Amino acid sequence: MRRPRRSALPGFGLTLGLTLTWLSLIVLIPLAALVLRPWELGAAGVWQSLTDPRVLAALRLSFGAAALAAAINLPFGLLIAWVMTRYRFPGRRLADALIDMPLALPTAVAGISLTALFAPKGWIGALLVPLGVKVAYTPLGVLVALVFVGLPFVVRTLEPVMLDLPAEAEEAAATLGATRLQTLCRVVLPALAPSLLTGFAAALARGVGEYGSVIFIAGNMPMVSEIAPLLIVIRLEQFDYAGAAALGLAMLLLSFLLLLALNRGQHRLARHLA
Amino acid sequence: MTSVPMPSALTPPRLQRAVLILLAVTLMGVLLLLPLVVVFSEALSQGFETVVEALETEDARAAIELTLLVAAITVPLNTVCGMAAAWCLARFQFPGRTLLATLVELPFSVSPVISGLVWVLLFGANGWFGPWLDAHGVRIIFALPGLVLATTFVTFPFVARALIPLMRAQGPAEEEAALTLGANAAQVFWHVTLPNIRWALMYGVLLCNARAMGEFGAVAVVSGHIRGQTLTMPLYVEALFNDYDWVGAFTVAALLSLLALVTLGLRVLLERHMDHGRGAA
Repeated sequence: MRRPRRSALPGFGLTLGLTLTWLSLIVLIPLAALVLRPWELGAAGVWQSLTDPRVLAALRLSFGAAALAAAINLPFGLLIAWVMTRYRFPGRRLADALIDMPLALPTAVAGISLTALFAPKGWIGALLVPLGVKVAYTPLGVLVALVFVGLPFVVRTLEPVMLDLPAEAEEAAATLGATRLQTLCRVVLPALAPSLLTGFAAALARGVGEYGSVIFIAGNMPMVSEIAPLLIVIRLEQFDYAGAAALGLAMLLLSFLLLLALNRGQHRLARHLA
Repeated sequence: MTSVPMPSALTPPRLQRAVLILLAVTLMGVLLLLPLVVVFSEALSQGFETVVEALETEDARAAIELTLLVAAITVPLNTVCGMAAAWCLARFQFPGRTLLATLVELPFSVSPVISGLVWVLLFGANGWFGPWLDAHGVRIIFALPGLVLATTFVTFPFVARALIPLMRAQGPAEEEAALTLGANAAQVFWHVTLPNIRWALMYGVLLCNARAMGEFGAVAVVSGHIRGQTLTMPLYVEALFNDYDWVGAFTVAALLSLLALVTLGLRVLLERHMDHGRGAA
C-alpha cells in the first residue's frame, strides 16, 4: 500500500486542490485562530484565565460527567448490543433504528425533552421526587443528558465485534464445563475489551464537547452545574475572545491527550489478546 | 444487521433470554423512545389548533425559512467538496494522504461550541477581521454568513466519510476500463463513478442535511439570537423555551423530530441498498 502507484485516472490535481482549498478555508484557518488567539493574554494570562476556580469547576464537570456517562454506557451498550446481535424478537428492526435516535435528534430537542421528562413534574422526575432524587437543574441532569447522547457510540462499536466473535471459543468453554457466567466473564468480555475501550473513548469525546442537550437540563449554576462549553459562550458574550479561545484550546488539547492515552491502552489490550 | 445462525451449545435457557430482551427493550424505551414521545405529547397537549397557531407565527416562518436556506447553501457546497475529497483520497496514493484523511474528519472531534467560536475569533467585533468588516459594512457574525460558515464547518466530513470506504472497496478497475475504452473524464464520472456511489452519496447527503438543519451549538455562538432574523429552528426552540412558551417550543421541536424520524427511515432504506451494492460487487 505504501508504494506510490501511478494512476491513470484523471482529476487528481483538481480534486486535491479543491479539497485543500475548502479544508483550509472552512477548517484550518479558523482553527489556527483558536490556537493563536489565547496568547494575546501572554502565557501567564492564559494560565490565570484557565486556573480560575469557575473554569476549573466547569472543566471538572465536563470531563467528569462525560467519563462517568461513558462508563455507565458500557453495561448499557453491552446489554443492548448483545440482545440485538444474538436474539430475534418482534420489533427488533425498529429497536435497531431507535439506537441511532440520539445522533439523529437535534441536540436542542433532546435537551428540552429530557428536561421535560426529568423535571419534578415530568413523567420520570415525578417518580424520583418521593425518593428525594433531583435530576433536572443539577449535575445529575448533565449526566443523564450525556448518557443519552453517548449510548449509540458504545452500541455501534460493540455490535460488529460481537457478530465476529468466534462461536468455537464459547462452545469450547461450554464443552469444558464452564457455566454461562464463566464463559461470559472469561471468554466473551476479554474479547470485547478493546472495543469496549473504543466505545468508551468515542462516547467520552462526544460528551466532553456536548452543549445543546446539556444546557437545558443542567440549570447552569456557576461552580455547580455549569459545563465548559457554556463558559466559552459566556466569555464570548463578555467580549473576552482570548479567554474563550484559551478555554476552547484547553478543552481540545485535554480531550486529545485523553483519547491518545485511551488509544494506546486499546492497542495494548488488542496486542495482549492476539 | 444480518441474521446469524445460532450455535446450539450457546442457546441460552428461555427464561434468561426473555429477561435479557425485556431489560434491553425497557432500557431503550426509557432512554431512547420516551424523549421522542414526550416531544409530541407536549406539542399536542393543548390540542391541534395550538400547534398550527405556533407554526403560523411570523417568527416561526422566518425560522423555518432560515433553516432551509442555510441547509440549501451548506449541503451542496459540502457535497461537491466531499466528493472531491473522496476522489483524491480513495483513488490516489500521495504523501500526506493519511494526514489529509484525518484532517477531513477533524470537525467531528471538535465541540460544536468551538466550531462556532472559531468564526467569532475571525470575524466577530474583536475578531482578526472584525474591524475591517465593520468599516466596510459587511456583517458575518450575527448574520446569515456566520450561520452558513458555522454549519459548513460542522457538516464538513459527512459526504467524504460516507464515500471513502465504499470507493476504496470498489477499487478503480471500472473507471480505468472506461478510460481505456476511450471515455473522457466527464463520461467516466457520470456513467461509471456516480452510478456506483449513488446510494452512499445519498446517505452522506442525508446525514449532512439532517445535521445542517438540526445543528445547535455552533450556530448558537454566531447567531446573536435576533428574532425573525438569525434564529434557525433549533435556536428558535431555545428562545421559546426560555420564554416559557412550552407548547410553542415543543411544537417546533416536534417538527425537528419529524425530520429526524424521516432521516432515520431513509437511512435504513439506503443502508439496505448499500448492503446490496456491496454484496454484488
